[in-house]
Amino acid sequence: MLYREAGDFKTTYAADGQTFPIAFDRWRYYGVLAVAFGVVPFLINDYWANAVFVPFLIYAIAAIGLNILTGYCGQVSLGTGGFMAVGAYACYKLMTAFPEVSILVHIVLAGGITAGVGLLFGIPSLRIKGFYLAVATLAAQFFLVWLFNKVPWFYNYSASGQISAPERTFLGVAVTGAATPAWAKYLVCLVFVVALAWVARNLTRGALGRQWMAIRDMDIAAEIIGVNPLRAKLAAFAISSFYVGIAGALLFAVYLGAVEVGEAFGINKAFLVLFMIIIGGLGSIFGSFAGAAFLVLLPVLLKNVLVGGLGWSTSLAAHIELMIVGALIVLFLIVEPHGLAQLWRLAKEKLRLWPFPH
Amino acid sequence: MSDQLLFAMEVTLNGLMAGVMYALVALGFVLIFKASGIFNFAQGVMALFAALTLVGFQTGQVPFAHLINAVFGTRIHHFGWSVPTLAAIVATMAVMVLMALLVERLVLKHFVNQAPIILFMATIGLAYFLEGLGDVMWGADIKRLDVGLPQGISETIDGTTFGWFGYGFFIDRLDIVAALVAAALVVSLTLFSQYTRQGRALRAVADDHQAALSVGISLRAIWVLVWSIAGFVALVAGMMWGTKLGVQFSLSLIALKALPVLMLGGFTSIPGAIVGGLIVGVGEKLFEFAVGPMIGGATENWFAYMLALVFLLFRPQGLFGERIIERV
Amino acid sequence: MTGQVQPAAAEAAGGDRRIGPVVMEMKNITLRFGGVTAIRDISFDIREGEIRAIIGPNGAGKSSMLNVISGFYRPQEGEVWFRGQRRPRLKPYQVARQGIARTFQNIALFEGMSVLDNIMTGRLTLMRSTILDQALWWGRAEREEVAHREKVEKIIDFLEIQHVRKTPVGRLPYGLKKRVELARALAAEPRILLLDEPMAGMNVEEKEDMCRFVLDVNDEFGTTIVLIEHDMGVVMDLSDRVVVMDYGRKIADGPPAEVRRDQAVIDAYLGVPHDG
Repeated sequence: MLYREAGDFKTTYAADGQTFPIAFDRWRYYGVLAVAFGVVPFLINDYWANAVFVPFLIYAIAAIGLNILTGYCGQVSLGTGGFMAVGAYACYKLMTAFPEVSILVHIVLAGGITAGVGLLFGIPSLRIKGFYLAVATLAAQFFLVWLFNKVPWFYNYSASGQISAPERTFLGVAVTGAATPAWAKYLVCLVFVVALAWVARNLTRGALGRQWMAIRDMDIAAEIIGVNPLRAKLAAFAISSFYVGIAGALLFAVYLGAVEVGEAFGINKAFLVLFMIIIGGLGSIFGSFAGAAFLVLLPVLLKNVLVGGLGWSTSLAAHIELMIVGALIVLFLIVEPHGLAQLWRLAKEKLRLWPFPH
Repeated sequence: MSDQLLFAMEVTLNGLMAGVMYALVALGFVLIFKASGIFNFAQGVMALFAALTLVGFQTGQVPFAHLINAVFGTRIHHFGWSVPTLAAIVATMAVMVLMALLVERLVLKHFVNQAPIILFMATIGLAYFLEGLGDVMWGADIKRLDVGLPQGISETIDGTTFGWFGYGFFIDRLDIVAALVAAALVVSLTLFSQYTRQGRALRAVADDHQAALSVGISLRAIWVLVWSIAGFVALVAGMMWGTKLGVQFSLSLIALKALPVLMLGGFTSIPGAIVGGLIVGVGEKLFEFAVGPMIGGATENWFAYMLALVFLLFRPQGLFGERIIERV
Repeated sequence: MTGQVQPAAAEAAGGDRRIGPVVMEMKNITLRFGGVTAIRDISFDIREGEIRAIIGPNGAGKSSMLNVISGFYRPQEGEVWFRGQRRPRLKPYQVARQGIARTFQNIALFEGMSVLDNIMTGRLTLMRSTILDQALWWGRAEREEVAHREKVEKIIDFLEIQHVRKTPVGRLPYGLKKRVELARALAAEPRILLLDEPMAGMNVEEKEDMCRFVLDVNDEFGTTIVLIEHDMGVVMDLSDRVVVMDYGRKIADGPPAEVRRDQAVIDAYLGVPHDG
């Protein structure tokens, strides 16, 4: 009864095109934001920040980024790990080279640098399509990881080959480094997520988003009706990489604090983010959040149940997790290729009519 | 002859041998791709799974021992017997056929007429599942695989080349066996597809699904067949690689190396898989030999992909692939 | 849909007030695929405001001809002249921006998008806001979106597809899909509209609707239309002039009444000149 659109008439095209056309959705969205900014920071502790909230927010950014490229523009990328590494290492180099500049600026710049690298690796997409392209993006994945592993300049010649984030503050509060309070980590990531999700929503509902979707659905027809495929695809690669780069920078600087490139940004990371958007929903911003939440929570849940509850070994739990994730991917692709986002939409359609379904 | 040149020759030879090993994995991809248009990302994990199963049977491991122990608090690991290699191979093959059946029944059947990229992603999911299954069934520790294949330096080649050049080439006997096996595999696959009824049906399906259906070929039976064959190829590849490196997770990464091989050779060509494998094998060994030391080494990690990437920019259909004509 | 009527058109055309000077001319076009010659040395012109039909048996090269006009295929020989200038080698999207829109023989809609979004893609060539505008959605991007939405709504009204406005295209029946495709092409406010078998696979009623739309578009907006069609009745009723192709060659060119009496045309259609 609460959830309805009857009586909610749109009198302008602007109102009809808004993000949440139904009033109840709009209010719920403001409610979520209010809780996220006004309540969670006061309750959060280290466990919840590190196990759930911070990784969820960071992977949501990466998933939105990959969703722009794969879900909206139809170009499958297996190079996400490599691009996240670019963001992380760019952020590290900037942090250590210009300690006086704000860390937030560095994170955005790291995204920009990643966008440039993404643009470069996006050039082949003009000639290579489908899974040929997916395989070609593996070149980015393996080359970039190798590069950060083998060229000492990138890790400032540190003996361990690792990079670790020095402490940087924002408004007097540490946001990187060991002394960072849980709520500060959370808030930094939250601000980025909200801003980036909003921009992604705007981009995907406008002219550029339609160009991307046109290319995704039928690239030849898209070109014939006037989409410049070079511009549209490269824009998708650059913007997607911008998001992924920021996610990489946050993962390194705010979340992990210290990373070794092969471990943190390997091929498995590329698959993880791809799985998030498949499970969450290709071509959906909400789906990016849902998928990230799902795949961040699943291991936590399994660990708590299998290891904590039943006392099984962690390695067995990890292997069972592999099986579950693999099976879920296949299941989602069979049953609901639009993922959790579509299930959510269907649920809402039902709810819209509830309690009088006829 | 100068030492450098001789050394480069030895590197090239070893590259050719490594290339054969890549081609072995790539073969499995090509078979499935030709018959069903599916790019089977799980091929490498299938090789790992096959090798794990083979070792498990050979050494009399109890399948799912870890899971059973965890659930029932038991401490079982081995049956206490060991199975002759040949019997273990046959049993493993049976498992691979069963897997083909299940994959068809549970996965492929539901993806008829889906976009290739969706199927590709589904096989990534399948790869994850199989990897987890293999670990849960047989444990994730590194296992030694011994099916009686020769290993170690080939004394004959070492001696002969020493006699010729005064410098003995180091060639692993296992690589030579792998080359012979690969050749035998290609020949028998060719004979099979040319001269048997199933082979002809397979080629018909590869050519045109609809047309094949309309003349009464069962698509689903063909898929089971082709996945079984791919399972067999995976078993062979798993035996070779498992003997070489030990049976461990990194085997599945070899599949990733087979991808650039396919991009070079074209996804639909068996000779392409072989030639592509050789190019990648020789290319990465020579590159590492010539350029590697200058830029920090370990260039094998990415060289093949970069090579394929650059190559595809100029010839998107690969060396032997069919030319792509776009229509509206 | 303003700015389409050409004042110069009326003077140049003798009898028919609609028809103006030559807007596009194909000169000695030859197109080959490997060893196969799809189009062999074909020349014809298209006049402003006319409905120009291309007919011929299957495999005659009609669709290839349309693909040459829309820049998707590049002929090995010959020239395309557009508005008095030789057209350089252009990419398809550049051709689209010159005001040439088309529909496809096998519907090429964007199946994952709604009807509205599909038609909005037709206006992409007319949108000017930058990526930054769109990212922030303030000012220009939103204003532009609304302005184009208004134009698109007019086309939706015109083609009578209001009821499916927000339906995903994949769920529509065939006849409606064809109509949405026409809407997408019209949304670009084209000077020349290329229609590749717009009535194929339709029943009589749907064909009549489509004929009416084609005539209305031509009448109201003065859009030049190039049309491939198999239904001879439709072609004879709609078109001002007809090009007949057979095996990649042009075998006749002229008004419908003249073409249907042409012996070569009759032969090409096995002696069945009408209701093919």
